[in-house]
Amino acid sequence: MPTIFVDGQELEVKNGENILEAFLNAGLDLPYFCWHPAMGSIGSCRQCAVLQYQNEEDTVGKIVMGCMTPVADGARFSLNAEKASEFRGAIVESLMLNHPHDCPVCGEGGECHLQDMTVMVGHRDRRYEGPKNTHRNQYLGPLINHEMNRCITCYRCVRYYRDYAGGTDLSAQASHDHTYFGRHQEGTLQSEFSGNLVEVCPTGVFTDKPLLKQYSRKWDLQTAPSICTGCAVGCNISPGERYGKIKRIQNRYNHEVNGYFLCDRGRFGSGYINSDERLNFVALRDARKQVEGSDKNADGEGTFSAIGTQQGLECGGAWIKDALKSGKVAAIGSPRASLESNFLLRELVGRENFTLGFSASEETVIKRIVNILRSMSATNPSIKEMESADAILILGEDVTNTAPRVALGLRQSVRNKALELADQARLFHWQDAAVRNLAQDQRSPMVIVSASDTRLDDVASELVSLAPDNIAAFGRAVAQIIKGETLSGPLADDDRVKHAAAMLTAAKNPLIISGSSMLHSGIVESALGVAEALQANETKTMLSYCLPEANSFGLALLEDVADEGSLEGDLSIEHLAEKAVDIDTLIILENDLHRRMSTEQYQKLVGGASNIIALDVLENATLDAADLVFPSASYAESEGTLISSEGRAQRHYPVFNPADDRMASWEWLLALAKTVKHQTLSTLKTFDEVVEACAQSDELFAGLSAVAPDHGYRNHGLKVPRQTHRYSGRTAMRADISVHEPQQPIDEESPLAFSMEGLSRDEPAALKSFYWSPGWNSNQAVQKFQDEVSGPLHGGSNGVRLFDPREQSHQTQSKSVVADDPGHDLEKGKWQLIPIHKVHGSDELSVRTSEICELAGEPFVALGKVVAEKLGVRQGDGVLVSSDDSSLALEVRLLNRVAKNCVGFSVGFEKTFSLQQGELVSLQKDENWQRSKPDMIASDSGGRNV
Amino acid sequence: MEKVLTRNIADDPVPTDMAAYEANGGYQGLKKAMAGMSSADCLKVISDSNLRGRGGAGFPTGMKWSFVPMGEKCTPGHKYLICNADEMEPGTFKDRLLMEYDPHQLIEGMILSAYTIEADIAYVFIRGEYLVAIQRLRDAIAECYEKGYLGDNILGSGYKLDMYVHPSAGRYICGEETALINALEGKRANPRAKPPFPQVSGLWGRPTIVNNVETLCNISHIVDKGADWFMSLGRGEDAGTKMFGASGKVKNPGCWELPMGTPIREILEDHAGGMQDGLELKGFLPGGGSTDFLTPDHLDLAMDYNVIGKAGSRMGTGTMIILDDQTCPVGMTLNLIKFFAHESCGFCTPCREGLPWTREVLKKIEMGNGVPEDIDTLIHQTKYIGAMGNTHCALAPGAMEPLQSALKYFRDDFDRHISGGCCPYHKGTGA
Repeated sequence: MPTIFVDGQELEVKNGENILEAFLNAGLDLPYFCWHPAMGSIGSCRQCAVLQYQNEEDTVGKIVMGCMTPVADGARFSLNAEKASEFRGAIVESLMLNHPHDCPVCGEGGECHLQDMTVMVGHRDRRYEGPKNTHRNQYLGPLINHEMNRCITCYRCVRYYRDYAGGTDLSAQASHDHTYFGRHQEGTLQSEFSGNLVEVCPTGVFTDKPLLKQYSRKWDLQTAPSICTGCAVGCNISPGERYGKIKRIQNRYNHEVNGYFLCDRGRFGSGYINSDERLNFVALRDARKQVEGSDKNADGEGTFSAIGTQQGLECGGAWIKDALKSGKVAAIGSPRASLESNFLLRELVGRENFTLGFSASEETVIKRIVNILRSMSATNPSIKEMESADAILILGEDVTNTAPRVALGLRQSVRNKALELADQARLFHWQDAAVRNLAQDQRSPMVIVSASDTRLDDVASELVSLAPDNIAAFGRAVAQIIKGETLSGPLADDDRVKHAAAMLTAAKNPLIISGSSMLHSGIVESALGVAEALQANETKTMLSYCLPEANSFGLALLEDVADEGSLEGDLSIEHLAEKAVDIDTLIILENDLHRRMSTEQYQKLVGGASNIIALDVLENATLDAADLVFPSASYAESEGTLISSEGRAQRHYPVFNPADDRMASWEWLLALAKTVKHQTLSTLKTFDEVVEACAQSDELFAGLSAVAPDHGYRNHGLKVPRQTHRYSGRTAMRADISVHEPQQPIDEESPLAFSMEGLSRDEPAALKSFYWSPGWNSNQAVQKFQDEVSGPLHGGSNGVRLFDPREQSHQTQSKSVVADDPGHDLEKGKWQLIPIHKVHGSDELSVRTSEICELAGEPFVALGKVVAEKLGVRQGDGVLVSSDDSSLALEVRLLNRVAKNCVGFSVGFEKTFSLQQGELVSLQKDENWQRSKPDMIASDSGGRNV
Repeated sequence: MEKVLTRNIADDPVPTDMAAYEANGGYQGLKKAMAGMSSADCLKVISDSNLRGRGGAGFPTGMKWSFVPMGEKCTPGHKYLICNADEMEPGTFKDRLLMEYDPHQLIEGMILSAYTIEADIAYVFIRGEYLVAIQRLRDAIAECYEKGYLGDNILGSGYKLDMYVHPSAGRYICGEETALINALEGKRANPRAKPPFPQVSGLWGRPTIVNNVETLCNISHIVDKGADWFMSLGRGEDAGTKMFGASGKVKNPGCWELPMGTPIREILEDHAGGMQDGLELKGFLPGGGSTDFLTPDHLDLAMDYNVIGKAGSRMGTGTMIILDDQTCPVGMTLNLIKFFAHESCGFCTPCREGLPWTREVLKKIEMGNGVPEDIDTLIHQTKYIGAMGNTHCALAPGAMEPLQSALKYFRDDFDRHISGGCCPYHKGTGA
């Protein structure tokens, strides 16, 4: 390790890092703006200036930029020399020339890096007397507020948005002191990752618009460690609450998973928690039904009455007790509910009466994926590991829309070629501009085989558009070539197959990505085949599957998945629907079944069961069909464990106490278990006991107890506060109700406290939701809690990988599947429906946030240009999508590429629930369609950004 | 004196076409090199000739080229030669003359330079307003392709070179070689951090040499006639001839080719004809807007890079801007700072914010609203943005040169603005 001298003190530093990193790692406060730990150095702000001396004799020194100066053994620097600190002061002074000094009304106020750095350099008195430049702000959509006057021109926004996240519609414009960061014209930012601008911008140019509408200062927000439930990636988040409302979501650093960034669904998709459509009280369908019994149908005839918690538990308990006796009980779990809730539900009704809650097609695919991930010899990588991949094959996923944060990681993986070139040219990886200039558009290879456009197409080395069956065939063919087998059939002469195989064979860290979004086992299987073939060649291979929901993985583990062969589809909700009439009491946990099954089967299920007890967060169709409804707390109001697609179990804690009669689902279920005097469950009292019971139920869950500290954990003898030490107005905030400040709620379930009291220092990463350090009020304070820049947080990373395939030696054999498909010879005039997933719109809960709903827009049918031409339609026209028994008019969106004979449809929109993936449909122009927007000009109709 | 660069440019010039150029010994250097000189031979003669870059910095050309990875040491791919013809230095108009009236001289120099560094693509990045030069260069390049001086197999040597003229979209900063490269790539014209230097990672990440028009115009002559001949042209320590010029209130402003080391007095009095009647010389910027003022005390200095450097200024482009005793030095400095503030690319803080601030302070003083503290602010700025290394590139330090020297030599004038509450020069003329 090289040693440098800083103001005479020796400092051991890491080879290859720069002086700014070295100083920060040593805990020294060196101010900076343009440098970002994830984006490296460009040397534009000149803020991190230090003095460098030639040698021991040199007493004058020269100003150098810390971020642009590599460490060198014996090099001598001064942080505190007057010349250096004066220069840093002068930089802030000039940055502030045109700054509006509108901190009191700025959304960034109090957590502003510019404020922090201004104080840190000691600049105070303004000498400049000239006029300030002002800018016109732009409307950038419902998520991001734009206030250009606050800009200090650090270029972080465009470097993040364009270079890091691959966006195209935000750029640096004009020059000199008129440099402007915005879009070429007003409009919604198109990137799925635009929200990170809020955290990347060191001042208040880009701020969280939904937060501004119901603004609170950072220190007034109550936070707790949480996990995003927007998809299965398991990003760590820190939701902030005040007045019983979730005000905003911020990134919670986890160096292995989300690092510094979230997707927009994760950051902005929790507004539904504040929704009027939340349930507040236990509700029982009109007593009429109790008396008349059979007078009920699936449309939820009759009205609900709010009843007391105890009354509800007694009623539900009675139903369950009876049904348990008669054996006519059934329960449906949920891939978006916590592992604990699902576990309790399973135990309550018994394994044999527990249905996972997947549809048959989901279940087959997800259980297969989970089984593969449990037993394969390849690595199921974290995002951080994925970023090391030097060749990527994606089979059938639009990763940006199905596992968004992973896609942002893949954009970094393809830069490995650039980093390799940089090594050859002896550039440091942090010399960001130099590395990008050197490599230009040379990227590590990434082959995307998909049915239609994906949002990673722009960085792929090869794009292959195939129908789902053929994607699987493609994957199998690649595996065959890697294994050295001779290909036959239609893909035998396909160079693209050979390219993909050659690319993977040549790679040191190949990564295969597939997933469940096409609901196609063949694709899932073929991805495993490729990974196995590479592993057999002694190439350490990564295989990752995108899963649909936050706890899809955990839920699937609750079945005896090893036995999947005999159970395929047996425990699906469709299967249950067939025997619904035999069910006396059906318990549905956080699951809108209406979304997962055909209307017919859905009616059969909810119409068949005599008594339906449902627990959920938001009103939905399934709740409407229930008889007894328990209001569940959202993820932000409850404790729970979720297992991400990486197999990482992570704990979320309640940020605030749920209002009214809301309780966490696990609490309702535990209470019901007590009511029915359940043999094993009624002895459990606390969340920790539930976790322990779950951990003991199966060796798979053995690691569960170690996921996060239990409720008895104390930090130097104290609880960890959810409120900051500056949390204000605790009395005033409810003075309209009473001038007496009530006692803060006591949290008996976790080591966190609903108050300012306690100690927020040295706590383990799993309990850390707030980064603050003296002088560091912005999110940049996170560096004070990292072992090194971009390294793990003190005390390790968050979450436990429940099983680590890397320690296992056995190989999973991919199941034999049908031989090469002949491709599609569809009936003339028929198209196969393929799903189009969207960050905004496909997810059940986030879309019930008004901003996300706005961005989701209307459901659509997505056509290739050829089909569109054939039908005589343009973007925005209407098309009738007809299957055997129904017809649906949908708006047309144009795709850049689509597999032959395939047509896409938007998944997750209520209007398109009736469409089934893989179904064959006919298409016809809808002559009566009213365009929602006026005719677009030609250049807008390219089908981009659908 | 032997005319080299302007031998085809008469006092009343007509553009030199291929025939005229060849008739006067043109393309001899190229033929000589293609017939039997290796690129290493060419590099040696250029290094030996002591040619220094004519764009302003005076960096030895041979040394600059020697950093380009050659042969096996270079990764496979293109190498580029770029002619920096984005002549925008205030007071400078020498490259324009060379390009408009003798485009083949530049092209021949470029072919030889490209050959020396084994480049296969050459660009002339030219100021967008130089419409005449753009057209004449394009015509000349077309003539070269016809003659086999450009293209796949130049004069049967097997050497391949393509040449393009790229008119700039227009920013002063494009004259900075790495900003020029960014502009050529279609990016914002922000300078790049060095290292890496363009010789290693330049245009499209490939080895690249960027040279000024006048530098490249010298190459064919050196290759043709040798290093010793070139060295013998200079009168002082530097080799060759140079385009010198003068603008301002002299009798005969213009641009002349003179030997290196020609005394300033000779340029001003013999060629520029001395000051206009009734005016005295007060000071001058020896090499364009971004060089320090010199005064009549310096008139006997030779125009050599090191000599001018020792006197506290830079020879720069060698085109002098003359300040007379009835023009306000504060106003002149303000005018320059306005230009530089406007031409800052906006990348680094000291330049982007410091120059407009300086401009506002100068404006205030020039308007008669200055206070003594404003001088402190100006001095602060010259140190804060004037030191190389404090800023990302040399634009702001260059911009500070006229200001810091004006404060040194014409401090009285600044003080008179402040104490008098108005510009003393305007008062005199009644403006």
